[in-house]
Amino acid sequence: MEITVRGLWTLMHGMGFGALYLLACSGALIELYRFTTSSAPVGETAREERFLKLYLVAMVMLAWTAVLTGAYVIYPWYRAALPPGTKDLALFPQRLLLSSPSTTAWHSLGMEWKEHIAWFAPISITMVAFVFLKYGRDLKNHKQLRAGVLAFVLASFVSAGVAGFFGAMLDKYAPVQGGQTIQLINREAK
Amino acid sequence: MLAAAIGSFVLAIIAFAGDKSVSIKNSLNFYKPTGPLSGVTTVAIVVWFLAWGFLEWRWGKRAVAMSRINRVSLALLALSILLTFPPIVDLL
Repeated sequence: MEITVRGLWTLMHGMGFGALYLLACSGALIELYRFTTSSAPVGETAREERFLKLYLVAMVMLAWTAVLTGAYVIYPWYRAALPPGTKDLALFPQRLLLSSPSTTAWHSLGMEWKEHIAWFAPISITMVAFVFLKYGRDLKNHKQLRAGVLAFVLASFVSAGVAGFFGAMLDKYAPVQGGQTIQLINREAK
Repeated sequence: MLAAAIGSFVLAIIAFAGDKSVSIKNSLNFYKPTGPLSGVTTVAIVVWFLAWGFLEWRWGKRAVAMSRINRVSLALLALSILLTFPPIVDLL
């Protein structure tokens, strides 16, 4: 069992940072709503507030790591220029997608949307984390601000969801491959 | 919130402009391996931080009409998402 260095980076970007961020988004939505709408003071301890703050800061780091590795590590491999005379397009995912009418839209719609919409996720969640760090439990008393914050978490979720969906589909039709091969398990077939 | 919406909207507008004009697209090529995306996102993030700092300076210690800010912010965010959607970009 082996994986290439580029494959490993793609795995960390998508399954590590991106998928974990998406999972965390649903948790943040529910927990922010519960924490800032619950009328009973029971359970709303300083410890819970501290946990939610740390949770949001972790989400900010996940979101930025996901977009930065996507844009500056994987995307250059995806859009690499094709040397003249190259026939095997396996190492040039963008060119591979554009080479067939049945896969062109995965680039022209999928990647073109993904590469921009993905950035709304970290921008939105950074704002959400900043507001919660500033207001904490007091956000309960600012209904309009709370509504806006929840809407931005939802927008961040949708943006990351679109980026994640197209990322997974692009990797299915034209995976980013190449680089050194890492041997994960070295076992002969029985 | 408004600063985040402005940053997102600027990102969408610059991406749109880069799609429509080759000279703008070329000028956004800050980091060659990533191409124009590097310029689009760098400019948007700079604008976002500038807007954030400016609004914090202007409104940081004032009570502001949040319902109006919410409406404007969410409208900008929705427009940003629409403006990055390739079929809409192609239509305009």
